[in-house]
Amino acid sequence: MQYLLLLYADESAWDSLSPTDQETAVAAYNAYTEALTEAGALLGSNRLQPAGSATQVKVSDGKQQVLDGPYVDSKEQLGGYYLIEAPDLDAALDWAARCPGSHHGTVEVRPVWDMSG
Amino acid sequence: MAAESSDLAARKLAAATARRSYSKLLAYLAAHTGNVTAAEDALAEAFATALTSWPEQGCPQNPEAWLLTVARRRAIDVVRKQQRGVAVSRELELLADLDAGLVDDEEVEIPDRRLGLLFACAHPAVDPAMRAPLMLQVILGLNAATIASAFLVAPATMGQRLVRTKNKLRQAGVPFQVPERKELPARLEAVLDAIYAAYAEGWTDPVGADAARRDLAEEALFLGGMVCELMPGEPEALGLLSLMLHTEARRKARRSRSGAFVPLAQQDIGQWDERMIEHAESLLRKASAQAQPGRYQLEAALQSAHAHRHRSGTNNWLAVRQLYDSLLELTGSPVVAVNRVLAVAELDGPETALQLLDEMGANQQLVEYQPYWAMRAELLSRLGKNELAGRAYEVAIGLERDAEVRSFLQQRLAALQAG
Repeated sequence: MQYLLLLYADESAWDSLSPTDQETAVAAYNAYTEALTEAGALLGSNRLQPAGSATQVKVSDGKQQVLDGPYVDSKEQLGGYYLIEAPDLDAALDWAARCPGSHHGTVEVRPVWDMSG
Repeated sequence: MAAESSDLAARKLAAATARRSYSKLLAYLAAHTGNVTAAEDALAEAFATALTSWPEQGCPQNPEAWLLTVARRRAIDVVRKQQRGVAVSRELELLADLDAGLVDDEEVEIPDRRLGLLFACAHPAVDPAMRAPLMLQVILGLNAATIASAFLVAPATMGQRLVRTKNKLRQAGVPFQVPERKELPARLEAVLDAIYAAYAEGWTDPVGADAARRDLAEEALFLGGMVCELMPGEPEALGLLSLMLHTEARRKARRSRSGAFVPLAQQDIGQWDERMIEHAESLLRKASAQAQPGRYQLEAALQSAHAHRHRSGTNNWLAVRQLYDSLLELTGSPVVAVNRVLAVAELDGPETALQLLDEMGANQQLVEYQPYWAMRAELLSRLGKNELAGRAYEVAIGLERDAEVRSFLQQRLAALQAG
């Protein structure tokens, strides 16, 4: 099965880290990505620009609405994702627990809706 | 005449197979496809088919295999009709994997996957409040209305929650397996907690006037026995079964002939189920031999000690307090802390006990906990502070759901005011 790991964290906490700590954090993510790749579990991954860079679009009754900012304004923001392949939820949760994002934020594990074929 | 008796025999066999094999067949089907709802529907149809087919064509040599084969065919039909795309071919593939030759083999044993199903029902991805209801439905086939009445939820609401939970198991890919060794202790605890929750719901009606609730206690005992049978080496599973049997053994004695509540210290020992107590004791010994104490073993040991004291008149409060100490250290539960106060009162007197209770009073959870107020009232009255004791009894009465326990507390209050 495919699972999307959504990484939520407080962006301001990241900004307040010293450059050395930021480097350490980035290294931890790199190591994690490497481990996923090595296990053949990684399907895709990206880090996102800060939530302040988000723009919302909504079209209703033929009218287009464009708004500044993220869709959900909360204390922790969506900062990146990993798309992984795992045999079952337990295996996916194992990967989520290893993700640095689950140590300084929250990782939401969502099964992917299988549409292929 | 002959037709009638073969009809009866077929029905009896179907009913017996349902009782004995339902959970096993369901676990096997569900584990294969991950789809509990489809497995339930297919199995229900297979049992219905058996009721018409067995009287006509004779009972099969291997009823379990017969039912499984029919259920598998039904499941395939449903999947073909309802779904499209890759999901359908995957589920069909899984169903086709189930050995089609099962029915021809009279000797074949269907693998027991019930433990995996139990662990799926108590998976951390399942809302803790839904674990016990899910087990009762999935493993034992109880309907939503019965479960709903035991858990004080509207039947329609319970039905929706069960459907949603089963969908989540499938969509999220919850495995129907016994977890790995490193995760086993925590995951087993969740399974045992859910079983105990089902038992506790059954226990709220000790006189058993409400059939649905009485059955729930029996069902919980059955589940507890199942875990012990499938994981005989787990001391906490043995501890839970021992605890439930100890409580169950005193069920009759807990109510007087007129239905009034009887506290342990005044119970008629003749009403206790001795065989059940013996069984509970032997389970506890077996568990203790492994020297891995846990919450349920300690609770069972406490029940054993309370019963022993009442039976023999031996003062064992020191041992009881030690058990409470260990339990408190393990769980940090305020409920355990309140119960422990009873032992403290017996050993160090009501004043020390009341002091202890005062220190706990800041806990918001306890303010709504009936036994906290009843204990307070009891200690205050022992100290001759009747006015304060009366007020505490009133709060306790206001918090109690059980009419008989309420009237017991009201009698205590009346006696206090008269004396």
